[in-house]
Formats: sequence, structure tokens, C-alpha cells
Amino acid sequence: MSPIPPTEPPQPSPTAIFFAGWRAAWTSVFALVLIGTYVGVGALAHEYGFSVGWVLLSTLLIWAAPAQVILLSALGAGATPFEAALAVGLSGVRLLPMVVTLLALIKRPDTRPRDLILPAHLTAVSMWVEALRLVPTLPRAQRISFCDGLGIGLMVAAQGGGLMGFYLAAFLPALLTAGLLFLTPMSFLVSTARNARFLVDRLALALGLILGPLLAYEQVGLDVMWTGIIGGTCAYGIHRLRGALL
Amino acid sequence: MNSLAGLAPYLVLIVAGFLPNEIWRMLGIVVAHGLDEGSELVVWVRAVATALLAGVIAKIILFPPGGLADVPLMVRLMAMAVGFAAFVLVRRSVLAGVLAGEAVLVLGAYWLAG
Repeated sequence: MSPIPPTEPPQPSPTAIFFAGWRAAWTSVFALVLIGTYVGVGALAHEYGFSVGWVLLSTLLIWAAPAQVILLSALGAGATPFEAALAVGLSGVRLLPMVVTLLALIKRPDTRPRDLILPAHLTAVSMWVEALRLVPTLPRAQRISFCDGLGIGLMVAAQGGGLMGFYLAAFLPALLTAGLLFLTPMSFLVSTARNARFLVDRLALALGLILGPLLAYEQVGLDVMWTGIIGGTCAYGIHRLRGALL
Repeated sequence: MNSLAGLAPYLVLIVAGFLPNEIWRMLGIVVAHGLDEGSELVVWVRAVATALLAGVIAKIILFPPGGLADVPLMVRLMAMAVGFAAFVLVRRSVLAGVLAGEAVLVLGAYWLAG
């Protein structure tokens, strides 16, 4: 007879973990922020004459409020699809390093690449910030299912907001739509600051806030991308230098 | 003909919205291959992601979309500053920061328009 295996605690099923992520989404302040933000997106889409199906599909496929607002504003202002694609592509650069840091946190050596497609697609500032905060306390085996539940929960909240905004567009006062559009930069700033626990991340945030306006006003092409590369690299350099000196 | 014309906005959504955005996520999967959480490269990549986000924030505040452009720059900057201060003062609460910033933005815009 084989020796008695050590008793292991029962493993929660992937479904149970998925719903733990789903619940985390709905208890997150981002559920509220996203509903508000997407009321603004839905109203903007209605204003420019897009259909409700188009709005829902754009949230499902793009899942990045700044990119959706850029696409709507560009097409609404009569830009060509090529110009709109360029503007959207430039705003999406941030998703690359966000996906890399998230996947490094959730994947295992034996994870199949196709299991990473869904968490990568669900990566957006809201999901990224909450995942980086919540996931490190979980066993690695649970992290992918948790992120899927978290991202889908947040996306459902956003879709609800988009629907409301689309049908309420005619009743929203201008001041309120301005306030809803302001939710994106305000929530991005404080949530990024909350997650910046290490010196290197705080430096990167501060340098980005200084470099961003400078490069934008100097009309340097690809200013957001350069802000990221220069600001992030300087912050990392200072972090390494400090490590070497201490 | 009519049904084809009805599909045009969806085609634009795929070509001008979905593909140029999604390509970065899929590239992320490729780059993440073989990297692990603790590596120094991930620390650098996270710093770049954070600075990029800061750049996006600055861009939205300085060149705002839609109705936000009607709110004066001074009010937009004040609202960000007050929101951040509230976040720091109220136990690093995201909700407090967002609510305080929104209050300043809406009241400031209302007061200046009134």
C-alpha cells in the first residue's frame, strides 16, 4: 500500500475563484467609477449618432475608456478611420507594459498561452490596479480565474453604465457630462498613486506628470509614449543608483 | 446595399478601434513569455507603465475631450490637485480623492459659468 498522502486543504473550484473575482469587482470603487465613466461614453456615442449595439460592442472589444472616447471624438469630428486608428493606437501603448506586469504576476511555467488571452484582453487601468492590489495574496494557481472574474465583473458594470448613458443622453446636463469625462483622469491618478508603494513607482508617476505636459506642449510626436519610456527609465535608474549606494 | 452600409460603423470599430488597441495586449503576452514577477526587467516595465499612465492623465487634462473642454484649465488643474490632496489626507482612499476632485470640478465650472 502506498503511504497515506498528506492531507491537503480542499482546493476551491475555478468557478468559485472566478466568482471571488467577480465579487471583488462589485465591491471595488471602480465599479462605481466605471459606471459613471461609461454613462459619459454612452452619452457621447448617442450624441454622435452611433447605435446602442455599437456602444456595447466597442466596450466589449476595446475595453479602454480613453481609447473609446478618442475613437468617438475622432469619428464624430469627421476624421478618417486611419487617423482615428492612429490616435487609438497611440493611446493603447500603455496596455503593453500593463499586460506584461500582470501576466508576470499570474502565470505559471505550465500555463498555456491561450489561457492568458482572456486576462490580457481584460487588462485595463481599473482591472490592472485592482488585480495588482488583490492578487499577490492569492495562491498562484488561483490568480488567472480570479482576474477573469474581476475583469468580467468590471466590464459588466461598465456595460450597464454605457446603456444608461446612451438612453439618458438627452437628459444629461452639460455640467454632468463634463464631470463624467473627468472621472477617467481623476481615478487614474489616485488609483495609480495608491498602488505606487515603492520609490521607483512613485518616481515614475511624478516624472510622468512633469514630462507629459512638457512633451505635449513642445508638440513632440508620440509624446505619451516618450513620457513613459523616459520617465519610467529615469525612475528605474534612480532606483538602481540608490540601491547601489545604500 | 443597405445592409452593407449598416455594417460600415462596425467595420470602422474593428479596424480603427479594436485592432490598434488590442495589438498592444497581444504583444504583452509575447513579451511576458519567460519573464517572472521578481525580475528586474518587470520592475522597469512597471515603471514605464506607471509613467505612461501619468502621460495619459496629463494629456486628458491639457487636451480634454468633449464637454470637459468647456471647463477652464485652471478649474481642471485645481480639481486634480484637490482630489489628490483628499486622497492623501483620507487614508489613501480612491473614493475620497475622486469625490473631492469631482466636487471641485463641477462646482468650479458652475460658479464660473454662473
